[in-house]
Amino acid sequence: MLEWIRQLGRGGFGLFEKLGRSNLFILKTLAGIPSVLGRPQLLIAQLLSVGVLSLLLIGISGLFVGMVLALQGYNTLVDFGAEESLGVVVALSIVRELGPVVTALLFAGRAGSALTAEIGLMKATEQLSGMEMMAVDPIHRVIAPRFLAGVLSMPLLAAIFSAVGIYGGYFVGVGLLGVDDGAFWSQMQSKVDLHEDIYNGVIKSLVFGVVVTWIAVFEGYDTVPTSEGVSRATTRTVVYSAFSVLGLDFVLTALMFGDY
Amino acid sequence: MGSDTLVKIRGLRFARGNRPIFDGVDLDIPRGKVTAIMGPSGTGKTTLLRLIGGQLHPDQGSIQVDGQEVPELRRSALYALRQRMGMLFQSGALLTDLTVFDNVAFPLREHTDLPESMIRDLVLMKLQAVGLRGARDLQPSELSGGMARRIALARAIALDPMMIMYDEPFTGQDPISKGALLQLIRLLNDALSLTSIIVSHDVEETAAISDYMYVISQGKVIEHGTPEALGKTNSDWVRQFMQGLPDGPVPFHYPAPEYTDDLLNA
Repeated sequence: MLEWIRQLGRGGFGLFEKLGRSNLFILKTLAGIPSVLGRPQLLIAQLLSVGVLSLLLIGISGLFVGMVLALQGYNTLVDFGAEESLGVVVALSIVRELGPVVTALLFAGRAGSALTAEIGLMKATEQLSGMEMMAVDPIHRVIAPRFLAGVLSMPLLAAIFSAVGIYGGYFVGVGLLGVDDGAFWSQMQSKVDLHEDIYNGVIKSLVFGVVVTWIAVFEGYDTVPTSEGVSRATTRTVVYSAFSVLGLDFVLTALMFGDY
Repeated sequence: MGSDTLVKIRGLRFARGNRPIFDGVDLDIPRGKVTAIMGPSGTGKTTLLRLIGGQLHPDQGSIQVDGQEVPELRRSALYALRQRMGMLFQSGALLTDLTVFDNVAFPLREHTDLPESMIRDLVLMKLQAVGLRGARDLQPSELSGGMARRIALARAIALDPMMIMYDEPFTGQDPISKGALLQLIRLLNDALSLTSIIVSHDVEETAAISDYMYVISQGKVIEHGTPEALGKTNSDWVRQFMQGLPDGPVPFHYPAPEYTDDLLNA
């Protein structure tokens, strides 16, 4: 029993220690961002691997999510003769929720895990240590460009996800199920608000971008420098990112759309 | 030794958790010489290099490099000092996403504003010095272990440092690469007026090129002197280590009950 309590205490200390380390780490990373802006080629290389190479995954997923939404929405709406509202249903669900959330989850799996593994392996093969000994701060040179690239990519990817998703919904709703073309777009145009819906969606994806990339680069940097350590860190990145995104989504939604 | 000493360590104590690694170590690394720090695996030789490089902080004691107290340096001063130190990691620690050329150019690009044409000349000169100018377009994954270390050596001398620390440079090398590295370490030290610190447990090779040797075990300096003096040592322990004898003060057998008792009392 005593041993159990002791373990609990150790675990608690460990957790808070890690939280503290991750906070110091993000502060150092933020301090490194000005130096990244002075060397845009570092940022561009990371935007390519973190953002551009995630495009295909995000695009295809967006398309199918939009198509499924249209299919499900139509089946429900048609009973009430409200199938013209399909455009609004698809657009609001995607722009407010599914765009930011699904993009963040996919991003954590595709780019976040890759970031963790890359940084973790750099640590395991002494590359980060080697940089330090060459008087190059690895947080400025390696971490900051990756973090910034992740934060910048996420809202753009979410926007692409939403746009492709709406077209997917259009294709199924108007193209296959015969919803009226004009009603689909005009209802969407009148019911989707720039501030209330689109801006809030962008804010969400920006927050998710910060959190997911933070988790990914920190787990990589904090990894135990062995193959097992890197594999565990990669798993943790995906798991912690998923929890944080879904948890934060609820909090943000309550703040943005809750009228209570 | 005064200013002839580049690295001066006094009363160094360092522990990892509850396990003491160094327990009152005094060391002097003479300027311009090749100094070897030897000892069995797990005596914290690599840790010592990291302490000198300021990557780890000692629990107690003083570490002076070129008159500066390393553990007390602020970050910017430490980074300025590190630009004058090269370190060769056991793995080479080359950046795997860059070519050989870009790896050697890395410190130059990070720390100088030299035009690209001059960086090219400098990189080719450093690569020529280690005999791998022809390998400039290869990726680190295409290099053998020995080549990777030589490239890392070219990178370590890119900024013309005052000293280089070698972490187990001979481990896992075939005789030819070992010979090449031995010759390079000695030649570069003398030609570039460097100070070299070699951490190793390859006695014969290291003794052949060092001017002075320290033997460390269980957190203390057991003996030090020129390779010749250490070869004639009175200490049984040092003799066992230097000659690689399987039995001696460090027993061949892990502590166990008496052999016959163990067999008969099954």
